[in-house]
Amino acid sequence: MNQAIRTPLLPAEAVNLQEEAVSLKGAAKGFGGRTLFEGLDLTIRRGEFVALLGASGSGKTTLLRILLGLDTLDAGEGEVATPRAAVFQEPRLVPSQPVWRNVLMGVPRRARQRRQALDALAEVGLAGHADAWPVTLSGGEAQRVALARALVLEPTLLLLDEPFAALDALTRLKMQDLVRRLCARHHPGTLLVTHDVDEAVRLADRVLVLRDRRLTLDATVGEARDGTTPAGARLRARLYAELGVDPLGLEAAGASGRAP
Amino acid sequence: MTDTATASAFPAPGKIALKLTPRPRAGRLKLVGADAARLVLPLALLGIWQGACSFGFISPRTLESPVAVVGALVELTLSGVLWESLVASFKRASAGFLVGGGLGLVLGIVAGLWRTGERAYDALLQMLRMVPFLAVIPLFVIWFGVDEEPKILLIALACIFPVYLNTFSGVRNVDPKIIEAATVFGMSRAAIAAEIVAPLALPSIMVGVRYAMGVALLSLVAAEQVNATSGIGYLALNPRASLRTDIILGVVLLYSVLGLAVDFLIRTAQSRLLPWHRSVLEKAR
Repeated sequence: MNQAIRTPLLPAEAVNLQEEAVSLKGAAKGFGGRTLFEGLDLTIRRGEFVALLGASGSGKTTLLRILLGLDTLDAGEGEVATPRAAVFQEPRLVPSQPVWRNVLMGVPRRARQRRQALDALAEVGLAGHADAWPVTLSGGEAQRVALARALVLEPTLLLLDEPFAALDALTRLKMQDLVRRLCARHHPGTLLVTHDVDEAVRLADRVLVLRDRRLTLDATVGEARDGTTPAGARLRARLYAELGVDPLGLEAAGASGRAP
Repeated sequence: MTDTATASAFPAPGKIALKLTPRPRAGRLKLVGADAARLVLPLALLGIWQGACSFGFISPRTLESPVAVVGALVELTLSGVLWESLVASFKRASAGFLVGGGLGLVLGIVAGLWRTGERAYDALLQMLRMVPFLAVIPLFVIWFGVDEEPKILLIALACIFPVYLNTFSGVRNVDPKIIEAATVFGMSRAAIAAEIVAPLALPSIMVGVRYAMGVALLSLVAAEQVNATSGIGYLALNPRASLRTDIILGVVLLYSVLGLAVDFLIRTAQSRLLPWHRSVLEKAR
């Protein structure tokens, strides 16, 4: 995982960072008689890493599914750039295919070459696992294969649906660093759907909060990535407040602390 | 209540020795040992049977001894009847299996992939499945005569359902999340069906095939009642043989050997066709 990353395939100057990977205008979606969101505008540019936070049931996953083409918009209009790739919470590998064939899932059959898969696997630190069967991989390894499967397409838009949620704490941090480095190298427009504030701030250039049917917060991370700085602490406090969570459990602790 | 009585309700605090990894024996030897273990019980039963016959606990009229049964099989082999029967039965069973199993496979795949297919004929097949197929023998004779057709069709009928049911559930039970991922990655429905659904349904299809092969063998007994002059089903129930318990038991023995052969065939096919499957990978370890 920590091996040196080779020279970029796509130098930053070759990528048009003004290109819109996602553009949504007045998007609306309801589910079972309930409006999940309406009048939602969102632009994600190439090379931009955006995290979308929201409580369970806020509609953030539905929004991602719409961007994946797995669900439809009720109103409004939108456009996504292709190639489009995704990493889900589960690796979703095909167990009957060896790892390298899984990596090439999105490559048109005639263009599939083992070489491409090996390169992508080397990037995620799994060069030696090309011929392994998916059931023999650990959760973290399988998720890295899923990442390789997305990156092999050189996506303009990368959609991440809580891809770290099922990993153990240490694997999660390593995987986050890997995703961050690979996104910086391939410059896709990236949308990460998560409910983890720290993860969002750690990875994203911009964080959004979906609450009460709209995007209630759209903040640039910038200097605030470091949680030990005042700016970092402020951003996290704002995000937690927006999500209606008391991150340090101060209220609960205060309540019990006052007891005799 | 004394203290000891209270304490006895719970395990007393103490120490337990941890288990050591057993030293592995040579791999090859162990494998032979594991396979041989499967034969212990059948061989033991055979021994008890022979003993009971030899010491006169069982009269030959009720039950012939294993030696006599083997003798009957040798007799049938030498007269050429056994080989002739096996060939005739193999032809019928395999023809019936291919027709019925093939039909079950196609129907299962279609119903699994398209709801329309399921709606069109799943209910009908579920109804037909419950028809006792011995009851349709007379009908088959009326419809198809007394030659090979009714025999093969009877076996085919019996083979449709296990293959159909297992294929259908195999196709339906492919993880929808994997199919969703493949859709996102731009695979066409046809490519998903061929490259993902078919291989992932295969373990379940193999279960159906294994079951159908067994059913094909068993159906022979019924099918070969129809104007047959050869076949192992005919041998088993042939009136001339009915007083010969040694021949009947010989055929029973033959059946169990054929059952083992089917099992072996399927196991071998599984390790070839499903190298990715957890069960195969664990066995290879």
